[in-house]
Amino acid sequence: MKFTLSWLKRHLDTDVSLDTLSERLTAIGLEVEGVEDRGASLNGFVVASVVEAKQHPNADRLRVCKVDAGTGELLNVVCGAPNARAGMKAVFAPSGVVIPATKKKLEKGVIRGEESNGMLCSSRELELGDDHDGIIDLVTDLKPGTPAAVALGLEDPVIEIALTPNRGDCAGVLGVARDLAAAKVGTLKPLDAKPVPASFKATISGGTDDTDACPLFMGRLIRGVKNGPSPAWLQDALRAVGLRPISALVDITNFFTIDASRPLHVFDAAKIQGDRVFARRAKNGETLEALNGKTYELTSEMTVIADASGAIGIGGIMGGESTSVSDTTTDVFLECALFDPVRTAATGRSLQIMSDARYRFERGVDPAFVRPGVELATQMILDLCGGTASEITFGGKEDVPVRTIEFRTTRVLALGGVDVPVSRQHEILTGLGCKVAGQGNLFAVTVPSWRPDLSIEADLVEEVLRIEGYDKIPSVMLPRLSAVTRSALDNNQRRAVAARRSLALRGLSEAVTWSFLDRATAETFGGAPDELRLVNPIAADLDQMRPSILPNLLRAASRNAARGFADVGLFEVGPVYRDASPSGQDRVAAIVRTGSTRPRWWRGKAEAADLFAVKADALAVLAAIGAPTANLQVTADAPAWFHPGRSGTLRLGPTVLAVFGELHPTVLESLELEGPAAAAEIWVDRAPASKKKGTATPFLALSPFQPVRRDFAFLVDHDVTAEALLKAVRQADKELVAEASLFDVYQGTNVPAGKKSMAVEVVLQPMRATLTDVEIEAIAAKVVAAAAKLGATLRS
Amino acid sequence: MLGELDSLTTGALQRVEAASDLAALDAARVDALGKKGSITELMKKLGGLSPEERKEAGQALNVAKERVAAAIDARQTILKGAALNARLVAERVDVTLPVAPETQGRIHPISQTIDELVAIFADMGFTVAEGPDVEDDFHNFGALNIPPEHPARQMHDTFYLPPAPDGQNRVLRTHTSPVQVRTMLSTKPPIRIIVPGRTFRSDYDQTHTPMFHQVEGLVIDEATHMGHLRGTILEFARAFFKIDDLPIRFRPSFFPFTEPSAEVDIGCRRSGGELVLGPHGDWLEILGCGMVHPKVLESCGIDSTKYQGFAFGMGIERIAMLKYGIPDLRTFFDADLRWLRHYGFSILEQPDLATGLGR
Repeated sequence: MKFTLSWLKRHLDTDVSLDTLSERLTAIGLEVEGVEDRGASLNGFVVASVVEAKQHPNADRLRVCKVDAGTGELLNVVCGAPNARAGMKAVFAPSGVVIPATKKKLEKGVIRGEESNGMLCSSRELELGDDHDGIIDLVTDLKPGTPAAVALGLEDPVIEIALTPNRGDCAGVLGVARDLAAAKVGTLKPLDAKPVPASFKATISGGTDDTDACPLFMGRLIRGVKNGPSPAWLQDALRAVGLRPISALVDITNFFTIDASRPLHVFDAAKIQGDRVFARRAKNGETLEALNGKTYELTSEMTVIADASGAIGIGGIMGGESTSVSDTTTDVFLECALFDPVRTAATGRSLQIMSDARYRFERGVDPAFVRPGVELATQMILDLCGGTASEITFGGKEDVPVRTIEFRTTRVLALGGVDVPVSRQHEILTGLGCKVAGQGNLFAVTVPSWRPDLSIEADLVEEVLRIEGYDKIPSVMLPRLSAVTRSALDNNQRRAVAARRSLALRGLSEAVTWSFLDRATAETFGGAPDELRLVNPIAADLDQMRPSILPNLLRAASRNAARGFADVGLFEVGPVYRDASPSGQDRVAAIVRTGSTRPRWWRGKAEAADLFAVKADALAVLAAIGAPTANLQVTADAPAWFHPGRSGTLRLGPTVLAVFGELHPTVLESLELEGPAAAAEIWVDRAPASKKKGTATPFLALSPFQPVRRDFAFLVDHDVTAEALLKAVRQADKELVAEASLFDVYQGTNVPAGKKSMAVEVVLQPMRATLTDVEIEAIAAKVVAAAAKLGATLRS
Repeated sequence: MLGELDSLTTGALQRVEAASDLAALDAARVDALGKKGSITELMKKLGGLSPEERKEAGQALNVAKERVAAAIDARQTILKGAALNARLVAERVDVTLPVAPETQGRIHPISQTIDELVAIFADMGFTVAEGPDVEDDFHNFGALNIPPEHPARQMHDTFYLPPAPDGQNRVLRTHTSPVQVRTMLSTKPPIRIIVPGRTFRSDYDQTHTPMFHQVEGLVIDEATHMGHLRGTILEFARAFFKIDDLPIRFRPSFFPFTEPSAEVDIGCRRSGGELVLGPHGDWLEILGCGMVHPKVLESCGIDSTKYQGFAFGMGIERIAMLKYGIPDLRTFFDADLRWLRHYGFSILEQPDLATGLGR
């Protein structure tokens, strides 16, 4: 919402500075977005009279002018404009000022032998327009020497405020003035909407056929008007707020739109068919050519203004071309109505029309200001265009429902935190146009017709606080719930933090990527249920909620490779989506590695980012989140997007905690990724919660006896897994075997085909006495026997 | 015999002195003092002497033996030192050789900022609540007093999913506020929560991304008023931005789910394209807030005549950009390793009020 300072002063008697005004507007919730001082660049430019304009003796296209710029002497000015002539008034730039268009300082000079003490300016030189055919021809009574900004109507600062959607009343200058008056920034000037007496009986009447869509419709016929350009003050005012002056009749309606948030419309009465102009719902398929030149197809959900010929305007949004006024218009039908905000907004959206009328109707206009609006606009039409008016005709109801709110003045302190004296509260509410009855701490507050947003007690608390000033709200600490801070996170939230930190600790960098991706990729990575497909995606390739984070990370890896970083280690801890229900979302830690986990260096080769790198990542996360890693089983059955022979699942029985592996080559190809990539996904919330109670750590039983280490080299069939062998060894003697670790796997010379050698170190930890050689041999025999159940034999 | 001893001793001492390494020295020792050493052999002959001669010769032999042994010790010390020096010289390496390359992992600024928020609000008694990203109309709009005709509900801003079987619209939550609703429906007051999380709006340009993060705050009890809201925001802003005299400004505003409502600015200065936070006269908006609207309380089954409280919401990327000087919102979601290494955080920088928050 834009208005000029002088426009505000039509309604508000005030002498505060522009700075104070801005500050107060923001303080009462009418946030100032900008103050444009349009005259600032014209500092030093003045009105001048051209007293004499003679042909330049040495140049065909130049003139030598004698100029009165109010300095008391005539100045010699050389001018190239064809329209420079004696007797005209122009904008004069004395030497020393900066020309806005060129940003150059004007110097006194001699042009082809003639002295020139300044310049007469064109619109383009002042950046006021594109006109450079001649100098500005000022039509003004202002004396030479008057600042040019005044003559050009630019001395008036333009203030733009951001309106919150609840403040439709401040979509008009009048509403802004009312609020400022309540905040004691000035005094509201009375608005005199005197009834204009009827001079004849209306032959066209206004009405409404749908009092939901249009609760009130007023019309008035005005005959004998003369349309044409509106007066300079009105044109200047409209231009200042960004509207293009059109003609006096149209400008008058636009004026009241801005002035009182009261949109009006004028129809050329001669073009109206029949004797009635009225609001009704449009018929499906009905069309209308609107004033913007476009033709719209309407639906029965929309409101139109109609005559006998059909629709002649879209209610609350825009008039129609067929009945528009022109310079030859002599009789007009003035319309002023109320349109349902919701329907107007919906219509505007579906037709994609943004107009000043729609902006106001969808926020709600003052229902009690229909008749005053008609009277004020009639008076201005008669004043500016002449003519005589009929009586006002209308359909619908004029009486406006009154809303009264019970208001406990104690709520300002209890809810707002500010102790505002009751008398001051009374003053504020009254100042805002409320009628306040009641006594003591209980008010009955009747809100004004222009504030439909005030409906409950809390609204009135805000009004009192707002005018008293939000800066009065004290800073109060919430009472502490405990002297020492308690943890704010639950177990799963802590797990997310632990997962993140454990992966960063392993050299991976955390990414945050979109929750959506393209449907085809979603299908590849676990599924794309219809209920998780966006109806209105921002882009065609972001239309499905992700079933996995991996595609996003793989694509990120590819982008990084394209930038020259092939060794990528990325992770994300975030949501994946199974279904659209509130429980259909899982928290997953996803990892992608490409290239090498460590580049080659002078003492070693590069270490490839293969499945064992991401398996280690997955195990680290599971350990960090407190999953029972000692009981994990590893199975070779990862989902289809992994390489079938180089991937696995970490599980507790049927519960899959993580999957890991190298990506399937065809999946990489479909993502246009070059080279291998390894990935893991860990379901952070899925691991069972620890059964531990209390904070104590289990008792540590330390043995005083030395552990014994023994190495065993087993020959096994090729498909015996390491895990099976280690498990067998560990269970050979649960009491004494403390550790069993694989330190070599070998196939080749000296190992029969179809077999492999696996070397295991076993740590025996006695608890009661040092082991004797005989005991050690006995356990070794047990280990060999346990391994033999898998077909393992000791390698000789 | 004594004459023989003298010459043997002198010879032994000369060999000891001449020994150029520990092996030669040991050979000299064996030759003189070993089982069959020359001096040892003389000792064996003592038995054949008269007691008087034996005494004299014995003493002389002991003296000679000790002299040789002392010379061996002395020579050994010198030779050992030399051998060690030689070894150390041989073991010298180029200490400027680089160490094994290690990749430093990084925590994303969004996670770091959330962890900071949690640290600050935990200290004010808040716990962290979460909710689903896919929401229904009731939780995202209806319960929050956002009527069906509210512009935010239109296709322009909200991502829609196909309707639920019960006909309700399904949406990607446009704010973290539905978690307020879920919390109030499932918990009895008093409530003090913050809700960090993903939010979605159909908007994509220089300053908007279709997904971003918000943090929501909610306090419901019988006595919390706007002064508490202001105090909470002030403490948060000063702790988070690490500026003890950072001023805040409350401006009246409008949100359907709060009444009274406010927007909050923090103090700043803008000069030459640079933004500096602090008590410098200018203002920058960082969040919206207000007292929870009675209709919202009632929609969530809380008696609005008994309970009241405040709610606030702010953009996490926005405050992260302000605090850490990150210029472009869109870069948060690029997963560009150069960016992550530059703007990301080491795991040692864990936000903690006692040791100080972030950089």
